[in-house]
Amino acid sequence: MSTFGTIIASPWGSVIAIAAMTLVTFLCRIAGVVVMSRVRITPRIERGLRALPGSIILATILPVVIDNGWPAMIALAAAITVMALTRIDIVGLLAGLGTLAVIRALG
Amino acid sequence: MPPTLRPHFSAQGLRHGARAALTAFPGFIMFALAFGTAAAQKGLSLGETLGLSAFVYAGASQMVGLEIWQQVWTPTTILTIMTVTAVVNARMIMLGATLQPWLKHEPLPRTALNLFLLTEAGWLIGTRYHNEGGRDVGMLLGCALILWLVWLAATFAGFFAGALVPEPKRFGLDLVMPIFFGVMLVPLWKGAKPALPWIVAGLVSLIVHALVPGYLFIIAGALAGVIAGMLIE
Repeated sequence: MSTFGTIIASPWGSVIAIAAMTLVTFLCRIAGVVVMSRVRITPRIERGLRALPGSIILATILPVVIDNGWPAMIALAAAITVMALTRIDIVGLLAGLGTLAVIRALG
Repeated sequence: MPPTLRPHFSAQGLRHGARAALTAFPGFIMFALAFGTAAAQKGLSLGETLGLSAFVYAGASQMVGLEIWQQVWTPTTILTIMTVTAVVNARMIMLGATLQPWLKHEPLPRTALNLFLLTEAGWLIGTRYHNEGGRDVGMLLGCALILWLVWLAATFAGFFAGALVPEPKRFGLDLVMPIFFGVMLVPLWKGAKPALPWIVAGLVSLIVHALVPGYLFIIAGALAGVIAGMLIE
């Protein structure tokens, strides 16, 4: 086995694994900025990027909430309603978590 | 856009960001506690566990990484964990893309640090601030630094005391991240038409989630939303 293989098989392997994970994650973190600094931002691209925050939220939470059934849906609705009324994010969050806890305690 | 909305960086922004990070604390604490506990159960050392949280600093990929963690590594298993990490974290490419106009006049080392600490939660809090007219990059960094410290502290606590945490489901804490995300959707609302791409994103993610195992549904849905946004005039 090569020297590299020997080092990887030693306890240094974990360090190399963490370094490898760190490297690819950092590349993902910087890639968007690097690419966009070389692309001319047309109105079309700008519209696409503007749609991203809401899109990423729905894409992340919709499957999770539906998998967790109606208590999760009601809790999410409560959180959104309270946030829309108060505009204070932590209050909305606590309303959602509280609703979920109460539904589960009753059920 | 008035000329006062020029990007800048201030210590006041750092403090503002640190305070704005508070909403993300419950989600970060629960996820990092769960990760620290899972890592200890899997037999990782404290150093390895904290190393993953400090340097990789991306919850989903850390959890998936534990699934394929090895006692003895080979070049193949290193390559596997690298590839899986890249797939799970590819969605961050899009987060960075939206930040570029805000960060383009920043000094390179500070942008590198800011992006090293980039998370979805910090990005959502920063996006809200930016949408409301804020342009202080210090806000983004202050928020990111505090979240990183909370993540590390909760990982540490989870490693030693994870078993002591009461059943998180009782308090709805297993769903704290989705509910936080839902709350952050509200300030993004600018009427029904700009939200059409969100519907597309949600539908595509549901379909992909039903058909493909893993975390692919997030990036597939988000990409679909961006494409829909580009196509809808």
